[in-house]
Amino acid sequence: MSFVEYSDFIQDGDVAVVYLGHESMMPVKVQQGAQTQTRYGAIRHSTDLIGQRYGSKVTCSKGGWVYVLHPTPELWTVTLPHRTQILYTTDIATITMMLELKPGSVVCESGTGSGSLSHAILRTIAPTGHLHTVEFHQQRAEKVAEEFKEHRVDHLVTVRNQDVCKDGFGVTGVADAVFLDIPSPWEAVRHAKAAMKKQGGRVCSFSPCIEQVQRTCEALVDQGFEEISTVEILLRIHDVRTVSLPLPDFGPDSLAQTQPDIAEKTPPIQASVAMKTTILPREMPGHTGYLTFATKPRT
Amino acid sequence: MADNVDGDSLYRIKEGDYVVLKRGDIFKAVQIQPKKKVIFEKQWLFLDKAVGQLYSSTFEIVSGGILQPLKPKHTESSSDAKEAGTDNRNIVDDGKSQKLTRDDIETLKEKGMKGQEIIQQLIENSSTFKDKTEYAQDKYIKKKKKKYENTVTILKPSCRILAMMYHGREPGKICHLQYDTLAQMLTLANIHAGSKVLVFETCAGLVLGSVMERMGGYGSVIQMYPGGGPVRAGVESFGFPEHFHDMLHEFPICHVNALLAGTLDTTAKDPSADSKKSDMAAEEEQNQPEAERRGSPEEQSMETNSGADGSHDHEKDEQEKLKEARAQRKKVKQEEKRKKLAAAAALLEGRNADGLVIASRFHPCPVLMGLLKFLSPSRPFVVYSQYKEALIECYTKLKEQGGTVNLRLTDTWLRHYQVLPNRTHPVLLMSGGGGYLLSGTTVAADRSKPAGSQRAEEPAAKRLKLTDTER
Repeated sequence: MSFVEYSDFIQDGDVAVVYLGHESMMPVKVQQGAQTQTRYGAIRHSTDLIGQRYGSKVTCSKGGWVYVLHPTPELWTVTLPHRTQILYTTDIATITMMLELKPGSVVCESGTGSGSLSHAILRTIAPTGHLHTVEFHQQRAEKVAEEFKEHRVDHLVTVRNQDVCKDGFGVTGVADAVFLDIPSPWEAVRHAKAAMKKQGGRVCSFSPCIEQVQRTCEALVDQGFEEISTVEILLRIHDVRTVSLPLPDFGPDSLAQTQPDIAEKTPPIQASVAMKTTILPREMPGHTGYLTFATKPRT
Repeated sequence: MADNVDGDSLYRIKEGDYVVLKRGDIFKAVQIQPKKKVIFEKQWLFLDKAVGQLYSSTFEIVSGGILQPLKPKHTESSSDAKEAGTDNRNIVDDGKSQKLTRDDIETLKEKGMKGQEIIQQLIENSSTFKDKTEYAQDKYIKKKKKKYENTVTILKPSCRILAMMYHGREPGKICHLQYDTLAQMLTLANIHAGSKVLVFETCAGLVLGSVMERMGGYGSVIQMYPGGGPVRAGVESFGFPEHFHDMLHEFPICHVNALLAGTLDTTAKDPSADSKKSDMAAEEEQNQPEAERRGSPEEQSMETNSGADGSHDHEKDEQEKLKEARAQRKKVKQEEKRKKLAAAAALLEGRNADGLVIASRFHPCPVLMGLLKFLSPSRPFVVYSQYKEALIECYTKLKEQGGTVNLRLTDTWLRHYQVLPNRTHPVLLMSGGGGYLLSGTTVAADRSKPAGSQRAEEPAAKRLKLTDTER
C-alpha cells in the first residue's frame, strides 16, 4: 500500500480504511498482533487484515462486518485526524485542475495544516514531482511529516517548519505551481513568485473572506501576475429516494357511470404513486472559501 | 537571448506543435503548420512567425494575417490622467456622441493603424467619454478592445485550457461536461501515474486526454469505444509526447460480452468482414480527423470508377498497382489491429483495473454494469451523465446488486467573481448545465448474503451524525 500506488493485499504497516457503512469510515494502522474496536466488534489485524485483499468483507468479533478499503487521498480527507480546518475533495479537485498539476509537477504549499490537500497533490505529481510544503506550527509540521512517512510518500515531499510570509518556501525558481491557504496570503505573494520557475506557472490562494480575496488580488496585480480569476465551487449531494405521492379522491366519476365501458377500464382507485427521485439535504455547506487563481508570466 | 542554456527549449513553440490560440475568453486549438491559413475570430492568420517564440507570448496580427510579437508588458490603461463623471444624469443617448463615422474607422483600419490606436481615436472622438463614470469608461474600453484589438496569445495545451475551450465552443460535442465537473471526475476516480484505467467516453477525446495527462505516460489506459473506432480528436489537441501513446489501448465495447464469456477469439483474422471495414474507416478517422469525411467517399468513388476507366491500359495498370498496395497496407493494418485487440483483451482479462471513468451520450446504466466487472475490489469509479434520472437508475441498480460502497450522486456549482476595487461581486452562476456524477468504490462481490440485506444492516442515522461532527 502507498497513497500513490495501488496494491492488492493488506500488509503489516499499511494504513487501511475501515468502511462501517454510509460514509462512516475510520483509518487503521495495520500492525501484527493489534486489534481495532468498532461498533460491530473487534478486528484482529493478524488474522482479519494482514494477507486479505483490499475491498474484502471482514467479519468482526460480534458477528457484524465491515469492508476494508485501500487508502486514497479522497478517503483520507474524510477520515484524517483534524488538527486544523481542512480542504475537501470538491475544492481540491478544482485546485488540482486549475493549477495544471500532473506527474512531474513541482509544487509549493502553505500551510500544510492537516495534510488533506498535500496527499492529493502528492498522488497527482508522483512519481517524478515534488512538494515543498511549509507549516509554521512546529507540532503540526512534525505530525504531518510522520504521516507522510507512514503513507510511504515521504520521498516526494519536503516539510519546512517556517513562516511563509517572512521566510518564503525555502526554494527559488523551481515551482510550477503554488498554493496558499493562510490567513494573510497577500503577504506571501512575492514569496510565491520567487519560488516559481522563471518560465512561469500557476498560483492559487484559498480564503474564506472576500476582504482577503480583495487584498490578495491587489498583491497579485502588483507582482505582475496575469489571468487573475476568483471562483467558488459548491457541491450538492443528491439523496436517492423512493417517494410516494398520495392521490386525492375526486369521488365517483359521473361520466364513467353513464358509460359502462370506461368504468370497467378505469383502474381501481390507487391511493398513491411511488417514484424514484432525489432530494437535497435540508442543509448543505454553502461556502468553503474563494479560490483565486493567477498565472505568473515569464520573467 | 541564449535561452537554450537554461532549458527554455521546452517552452518554445515548434513546427508541428499543437497549440491553443486565445483572445479574451475565446480559445481555439490548432496545429502549427507552415503556410497554413488559420481562421480565428473571423480573421485569417498564419502561425509561421510563432515558431521559435515562447509559449504564452502574445502577438499582434498585422496585414496579411502575419503575427508580430508584442512586448510582454504593455500597460492596460490608455488614459492615465483620468477624468470621469460620477453618474449618468446628464448623459443623453442622441446617437451623436461618436464623431468618427464608420467610414472614418474603416479608413483608419486600411491605413494599417493598430487596434490600440483606433481605440484611442474612438475615445478622443467620443463627446460623452469623459462624463462617464470610471467604471463605465473601463467597460467602454473593454468593449472596444474586443472589437478592434487583434492580438492573439499562443498557449501550451492543458486539460484546464482544453476543457474550457470545448465547453465554450462545442459543448454538444462533450455532452455539456463542464470543466469543474471534469475536475471532480479526475479526482474522484483517483487518476494517477502507474494505474490501469478504463475510459468510456463520447466527449471527443477530452476526457481520455485529461486522464492521460494525469497519468503522465505511466501505467495504462484502455479506451472502450462504441461503433467503428475510438474518437480522439481531443486527445491530439493535448500534443502528448510520442511515448504517451504507448500507454493507450483500445477495445471495442461490442466485444465486451464475448470477452466476459471467454469466447473472444483474438487469434482469428477478424470477427467479421463488416467490422473490418468499419475498423479501417475508424483508423482513417483517427489519423486525419478533419479530412476523414471527404476522404473516404472519394476513395470509394475511385474504386467504382476503375472499371469504367479500363480503356486506358496504362491507367488500369496503375490502378491495379494502387489497389494492390492498398490491399497490402490494409493487411498490415489489420494485423496491427488484431495485435492491439489482443493486447487490450489481455489487459482486461485480469479483471484488475484500478479505475473506471464513463462520460458518454449512451445510457450509463448498462455501460457501468458491464465495465465494473473489470475492476479490482476497492477501486473508485465515476460516471458522468448530463441527466440525473439516468444516474438514479444506476444508483438503484448498484444498490440492488451490491459490490459497491460509498455511492454518491452529486453535481457542482461554479460561481465566478469579479474582484475589483469597490466593484466586487459574483459574475455568473453556472448551474445545472454542468451535468451530474455518480461515484463509488468497488468491493469484493458478496457471496454469503442475499442482495439487499446490506442496507438493513447499516445504521441509518450514522451519516447525519458524522457530517455534524466533521463540519
